[in-house]
Amino acid sequence: MTIIASLQGVERSFSNAIKALGPIDLAIRQSEFLSLLGPSGCGKSTTLRIVAELLAPSAGTLQWPQGKPRIGFVFQDPTLMPWAVVRDNVRLPLDLAGVPRREADRSAETALARVGLTGFSQAYPRALSGGMRMRVSIARALAAKPQLLLMDEPFAALDEISRDALNEDLLKLWREDGLTIVFVTHSVYESTFLSTRIVTMTPRPGRVANEIHLASPLDRTSGWRMSPEFAEAARAVSLGLRRATEVAA
Amino acid sequence: MTQLPRTLRMLLPVALGIAVLLLWEALVAAYQVPRFVLPPPSAIWAALIADFPSLMASLWTTLRITLLAFALAVASGVALAVLFSQSRIVEMALYPYAVILQVTPIVAIAPLIVIWVGFARINLALLILAWIVAFFPILSGTILGLRSADHNLIDLFRLHGASNWQILTRLRLPSALPFLLNGMKTSGGLALIGTVVAEYGAGSGTATGLAWRIVEAGNRLQIARMFAALFLLAALGVAIFFALAVLEYWVLRKWHESALQREI
Repeated sequence: MTIIASLQGVERSFSNAIKALGPIDLAIRQSEFLSLLGPSGCGKSTTLRIVAELLAPSAGTLQWPQGKPRIGFVFQDPTLMPWAVVRDNVRLPLDLAGVPRREADRSAETALARVGLTGFSQAYPRALSGGMRMRVSIARALAAKPQLLLMDEPFAALDEISRDALNEDLLKLWREDGLTIVFVTHSVYESTFLSTRIVTMTPRPGRVANEIHLASPLDRTSGWRMSPEFAEAARAVSLGLRRATEVAA
Repeated sequence: MTQLPRTLRMLLPVALGIAVLLLWEALVAAYQVPRFVLPPPSAIWAALIADFPSLMASLWTTLRITLLAFALAVASGVALAVLFSQSRIVEMALYPYAVILQVTPIVAIAPLIVIWVGFARINLALLILAWIVAFFPILSGTILGLRSADHNLIDLFRLHGASNWQILTRLRLPSALPFLLNGMKTSGGLALIGTVVAEYGAGSGTATGLAWRIVEAGNRLQIARMFAALFLLAALGVAIFFALAVLEYWVLRKWHESALQREI
């Protein structure tokens, strides 16, 4: 499969010279759903921010063999502008790119419809539930038609019911758009449910421990979550994660 | 706290005020307190009516300087805070002096400013003094507000190629709005206090504001007139605060926690 981003020997140190991350080698492949799985503080988020070029690596290189794609980023918090209504929030990346107002409005409405928020475009974020705000955040990322979507524990703060629903909807969006997604999580079940590939990371300094390829069906729904195959896959992932943390300890 | 009906909440302080005034009137009459010590409310009211034109003229002088000083404070405070947010060096160089200006008692600076500007342009001196007092809450509030912009949102803006100008106008300034509006409430009151103190400081009859009316009436032992001017000054202060509180509510009502009423 085509590699769209490649990290080689990437490291990141704190200002006190203590190494937080790396060195890690990681290739991101076109149209995969890659999860970075590991305990808190293992540098998953740092890796994601380096890929987004929000953070420069202290050592090593980040390369885009196919040219730099359009990137969307979803944070753990919805990170919405409280003074702007839902539609203006979703339109933000388009406004910054100088897309004409009318066209941007239309794209924003489309993105909102895709995350199931038709009719909420004039609501203020304050009026929405946590799950709905996260949907707005995803709509904002989608509005700019990203090729690479980076998600930093986006559903960690949500209740299980909202989280499961959002997981299923996210998979649908991923399939429909042929997106490449890099998803940071510390949940074995979430990563097992979502991913085509899981990279587990060791804590401090964060390094790649092992890689697990999942042969999950393309059409993963709540039924798949109940299946023995899912339980088996989750067990394998859990084992991988345990080994990753043991390596460090 | 139990919720009182809205009308009762408004009537309560008014009823208390009327009761105190009636008691005041009765006690002053009963103990035959001399008018040059404590005039009854009825005499204060009479003084207010009798001197209405001259008091209103003074009120207008004080109000004009207060509003002008306040407007200058808002404009210069926001401009300087924005400058600080764009340049760390400018901030490090200038901020200590802003603090020095803030902590030096205005009464101590007043004579100096009055001498420099000259009695011929006393209103300009009052304006400068009131501005000095009103300026700092705007500056510090806006600085804090500009800094309080969500860091992840700043990252998101950067990710989508936003310029510093776009980050300032679309993110930092709106984030600073609640802080600015709160600073304005403090600053509005301070502008009035600054004007009044500056009028006292100017001292001579060249100043024609309400504070000077109080000094003048005091010197002549016209205590009722003094109270009337004081009453107008207090009313002015309340009006300024109320107007700014309404502005704050009106601007923030749709999105900020502070302005939202909980329904459940």
